[in-house]
Amino acid sequence: MSLLKVDKLVTRLRNGAAIVDGISFDIAAGETFALLGESGCGKSMTALSLMRLLPDGVTNAGGAVAMDGANLFDLPERSMREVRGGRMAMIFQEPGLSLNPVMTVGAQIAEVLALHHDLKGAAATARCIELLGQVGIPDAARRVDEYPFQLSGGMKQRVMIAMALAGSPKLLIADEPTTALDVTIQAQVLQLLRETQDGLGMAMLLITHDLGVVAENAHRVGVMYAGQIVEQATREQLFARPLHPYTQKLFAALPDARRGGQPLSAIPGSVPPLGSITQGCRFALRCDKAWVLCREQTPEWAIVEGRGVRCHLYRSAEERVLSAESPRDSDRTLGTQHSALKSQHSALLQVSDLRVHFPIRKGILQRVVGQVKAVDGVSLSIPQGRTLALVGESGCGKTTLGKALLRLLPATAGSVQFAGKELIGTDAARSTMQMVFQDPYASLNPKMRVAEILEEGMSALNIGGDSAARQAHIDGLLDKVGLARDSKWRYPHEFSGGQRQRIAIARALAVSPQLLICDEPTSALDVSVQAQILNLLKSLQDELGLSYLFITHNLAVVEYLAHEVCVMYLGRIVERGATAEVLRAPRHPYTQALLSAVPRIDGAGREYVKLEGDLPSPANPPAGCHFAPRCAKRMDACAAYPAETELSATHIVRCHLYDRKD
Amino acid sequence: MSFQLVFLWSDKLIFLLLAVAVATAIYVRRHEHLLLPWKRVAKNGVAMVSLLVLSLFLLVGLLDTLHFRSALPQTGGGEKVYSPEVLSVFDTLVGPLRTHTEKTYSEPFALTLYAKESMTDAHGNILRDYPRLQYGGAHLADVSQRTADVAKRALIGGGLGLLVGLLSFYLTHRTVRCTSGCDLAVSIATLLLTTFIGAVVSLATVYHVLGTDKVGQDVLYLSLKSIRTGLIIGTVTTLVTLPLALFLGVAAGYFRGWVDDLIQYLYTVLSSIPSVLLIAAAVLMMQVTLDTHPDWFDTAAARADMRLVALCLILGLTSWTGLCRLLRGETLKLREMEYIQAAQAFGVSSLRILTRHIMPNVMHIILIALVMDFSALVLAEAVLSYVGVGVDPSMISFGTMINAARLEMGREPMVWWALAAAFGFMLVLVLAANLFADAVRDAFDPRLNRTETAT
Repeated sequence: MSLLKVDKLVTRLRNGAAIVDGISFDIAAGETFALLGESGCGKSMTALSLMRLLPDGVTNAGGAVAMDGANLFDLPERSMREVRGGRMAMIFQEPGLSLNPVMTVGAQIAEVLALHHDLKGAAATARCIELLGQVGIPDAARRVDEYPFQLSGGMKQRVMIAMALAGSPKLLIADEPTTALDVTIQAQVLQLLRETQDGLGMAMLLITHDLGVVAENAHRVGVMYAGQIVEQATREQLFARPLHPYTQKLFAALPDARRGGQPLSAIPGSVPPLGSITQGCRFALRCDKAWVLCREQTPEWAIVEGRGVRCHLYRSAEERVLSAESPRDSDRTLGTQHSALKSQHSALLQVSDLRVHFPIRKGILQRVVGQVKAVDGVSLSIPQGRTLALVGESGCGKTTLGKALLRLLPATAGSVQFAGKELIGTDAARSTMQMVFQDPYASLNPKMRVAEILEEGMSALNIGGDSAARQAHIDGLLDKVGLARDSKWRYPHEFSGGQRQRIAIARALAVSPQLLICDEPTSALDVSVQAQILNLLKSLQDELGLSYLFITHNLAVVEYLAHEVCVMYLGRIVERGATAEVLRAPRHPYTQALLSAVPRIDGAGREYVKLEGDLPSPANPPAGCHFAPRCAKRMDACAAYPAETELSATHIVRCHLYDRKD
Repeated sequence: MSFQLVFLWSDKLIFLLLAVAVATAIYVRRHEHLLLPWKRVAKNGVAMVSLLVLSLFLLVGLLDTLHFRSALPQTGGGEKVYSPEVLSVFDTLVGPLRTHTEKTYSEPFALTLYAKESMTDAHGNILRDYPRLQYGGAHLADVSQRTADVAKRALIGGGLGLLVGLLSFYLTHRTVRCTSGCDLAVSIATLLLTTFIGAVVSLATVYHVLGTDKVGQDVLYLSLKSIRTGLIIGTVTTLVTLPLALFLGVAAGYFRGWVDDLIQYLYTVLSSIPSVLLIAAAVLMMQVTLDTHPDWFDTAAARADMRLVALCLILGLTSWTGLCRLLRGETLKLREMEYIQAAQAFGVSSLRILTRHIMPNVMHIILIALVMDFSALVLAEAVLSYVGVGVDPSMISFGTMINAARLEMGREPMVWWALAAAFGFMLVLVLAANLFADAVRDAFDPRLNRTETAT
């Protein structure tokens, strides 16, 4: 007996374009159904349709949603209000934005309790504390009177979950509940969601773009593309053998160490604009298995082996199934073998003991009362043509380090040498190092055309010759990053996220740098587009011999792209080594925890090292080893900050566990 | 030569603005990508109708800016002597409106004055009645004929206007191809306007369409003359405000540190002084200076004009703080954007970052704030005139009209038409400016126009 039954749900924009186009699924009590898809494919709109909370200009245009047998679309608004929060609750993506900053946490939960359970006063407070305890907030009795700004991101998401649970819902809709969180916190929240579901027997609709999250939490999965569910299966079926070409491509686009030097199989192009395809399969334009029929006839929903798929490949029964092989070895584009040998190992960039401290000022005289030690004595070196990945949770100082290297922030102490020349305190050699930023929507000036954006660096640094030579150079750059030449007279908003990131890369390359600092260049992009950008970065490295400092929190990307890895914790590097060494045999307890927190698509039993609490403030780091308070293996020696221990010629760790007993 | 051209200070400033506008227009015409947003404006019906209305106001203002002094009749072979009265081209065009002054108040389309007076009739009896106007409806024998006459004249005038409108359409359509989209709305608006103007012109020759004021001047004439004053207050003040607010606001937001502190102190101090007091003090000082140097000016008009320009300067110097604060806030947000950091990583100079990256991205704020300020400034002029520190009392402006209405509204029966006329003209002017600025802002925002250019 299914708890929620969605039947041919259609949601339209006012101009008639369908955002959600006839999707059907059902969720049983105690089951997690995951909606998987890239941005803009209608996942969130589906959830909002269920809650009947669609924004202005978007309307329900058909279909039925039945919960416990009652059709939600027939209910008057009055009874719908009891459904929302009471029988159906929702958790949003950004915990920082979904809590009211001027109300205490307890008051916000009590609001739900008063509405749905008529609990007031002491009883409500007691229940609030109970709920907060249930979602794993330590010292709940005190936290209940705190304001959201006093809580960390992970705590806020826990409070959101507690709020959702307060109405004792039968269905919990989680819209990208962990996307804004760090991996370690994500692991905590996912585990919490699993445990609560087991305990309460709730049904859950999990909306996500992350295959790893699906692998961890979902029982059944619906893959969405351009407003339609293209494939629906149980988790085991889907991960064992995805049927729809789109799903196969999604798997293939995931970066992974096993495909080492080979280019990722990216899905060309991007999701088609709403309502642009009225005939034929919506994925046909990006599908390499498409044939004439795909463009002419819209594929029907077909049931194959007890699972549904919307693709012409499976139209006539099951014999065609054979053609769909496992994604692991399917359609791997041939690429040039990456040659690690050609790079000589003399250091291009040599950073030693770099410190970036921000003074904390107080009082009317602005006296310095403390220092935020964002980067606290970092040393690293990057050879020509190699990639160094810098990983760590948000707030550990990765980005600050990158900006200090570019001299966008003043360094407090230490030295940065580029090809033997000291850079700190000078304004020289701007062209040798450039940066690719995280958010391609914020890193391009909306009022400048592409050609002007690309030319800016050249004119600022007075290179590239006269105007004609520069234009020719710009054409070359656009070719190099895979954009059409005529796009140089267009404005950035006319491009998709992936194309914008290409422009940002071209801008950095315009001054012929030798080192690119990439600050999470793919974290704002969809999986399929991420693969395109990673391929581009890799081929540029092969072609131009670039070095990369790759700042990221995505360990899968590290495995795929980096030669060496530095793990950063609270402004210091705690482990450094070749990628294989660090990721295959992590030594520092923090690296171990970080690695185990990453959801894996193979899902097979891995040992989960639970990391307690959150990253401490860099203004007031714990005495001794910074990681000790969260470490499962802490001991007495941790009261002093550990020195570097060389485990091998390339592998260095800072932990007392590996101290040499001299 | 029977007249002498006169260039008042405000005239020079307006011609300067006009020259800058024409030069910009020519520059834009030569660059396709700069022209594109304006083409979008041209396709927007509301924008074009507002532009039409605005350009009518501008036309009146510009005609009123061409000043001259006519020569007096020669007296015995001496050198030419020019009249002390400075007239504008506009004054001569609407001649009768200016010269047909009645004794005192009269209602719109009235044949008689608004108050009874004692009169002696042919038999020597003294009776109290409404005396007939000297000019307004003087051709009619009786009030009973008025409705028919007004209707007849309005129809004839409106018909002629419509004809002129259609004729101009016929001519322009043969020479210029109007791009689609703007056609219908603008055509209808143009025809309506020409019809309306035709009717008003035809009526204004024999009636006081908007009545007369205390000294019998035609209110329509006063309203039309006020347009120039309003435009000058709105635009010349902006000339002073804009560079100050833009430069200081953007610099404070971008450089932070002591630059920010300094500029913040400056505008906090300035905005904590009651602005009317500050302006009044400045205007009074200026007035004393002008009064002690009567030799600086050869005509009363030049003196009144100098006072207007000085008022604009003073208003400008005291009213930049609001826009400056807005721009500082926006710049604080923009300077953290990654494209600014990318530019810094290239070593782009601060000045260039300010002009190339920050200023274009705050333009929408400037545009909206300026148009909003425009109406506020016209009103500020009214308030200052009320306190007695506004424009010269001899200068016709919306402010002086509204100020006079203070007494008129207190009368019984009430004199409502002067205030209503000033109100109506200001409303149309400010509304048209707002709608046009809104359309321009939308056309220049690349994010709002993605569908059109992406294809």
